[in-house]
Amino acid sequence: MRRSWMAAVAALCLMPLPAFAQAAKPNDAQIAHIAYTAGALDVAAGKQALAKSKNKEVRAFAEQMVKDHTAVNKKALALVKKLKVKPQDNPTSQALTKQAKAKHDELAKLKGAAFDKAYVANEIAYHKTVNNALQAQLIPSASNPELKSLLETGLKIFEGHEQHAEHVGADLK
Amino acid sequence: MQPGRIAFIAAMLCGACAVPAQAATIHVTMDKMVFSPAQVNAKVGDTIEWTNKDFLQHSATAADKSWDVVLPQNKTGHIVVKAPGTIDYICKYHPNMKGKIIVAP
Repeated sequence: MRRSWMAAVAALCLMPLPAFAQAAKPNDAQIAHIAYTAGALDVAAGKQALAKSKNKEVRAFAEQMVKDHTAVNKKALALVKKLKVKPQDNPTSQALTKQAKAKHDELAKLKGAAFDKAYVANEIAYHKTVNNALQAQLIPSASNPELKSLLETGLKIFEGHEQHAEHVGADLK
Repeated sequence: MQPGRIAFIAAMLCGACAVPAQAATIHVTMDKMVFSPAQVNAKVGDTIEWTNKDFLQHSATAADKSWDVVLPQNKTGHIVVKAPGTIDYICKYHPNMKGKIIVAP
């Protein structure tokens, strides 16, 4: 188990985005932590965009990311409290956080249209990765039906974000 | 009841008397990221009313952008369909949410 987590982390050094699929089957406490972390990181990315971007469409998208992911995470927190599950930190959450920090620093150096393009491109890639992880790993691994249901609703929301980001990206070209 | 509200209702009733067939209100909910029902059949003059039961802000936005109804959580909003035809619409925030209105003359 530990070895496959390590393999997943090692794989991250080579890949542009975290490789969820290589991690061992996570438990509900870890799944909750991963989902919450993924949301919180996108809230932070949205706040960075709101601080830097002047593009109306990009700002509207970033505002929505902050609002939607905050709302989903609020639901997630209420659920783990109700289920008495304590979210458990794990290598996937840590890898996501590390990756997001690197992207944040990279975006911090950009300005104007270059920032907008890079932010939106990363939002598309990030949602794609998280959605694949939800679909292939997190939802099938979740054992509590309420957690599974929230993850399924989350997946639909984030697929919406992915499409929305694609529309914004197309308008920036 | 406020006088303004009575006048409004009275006006609504008189309006209904003036047209031969009374216009209907068709309800659509937004719940767990879907428009339900996803397709509705209406007649010219009918009202389509959306209620957002999700915990996120949604919209009902015509594919041709001719109308755009923003729906915060637990709010309702509506349009009146004015011409026959098929109208496709989406949630502009979550474009994977799709709906259709078929308007008969």
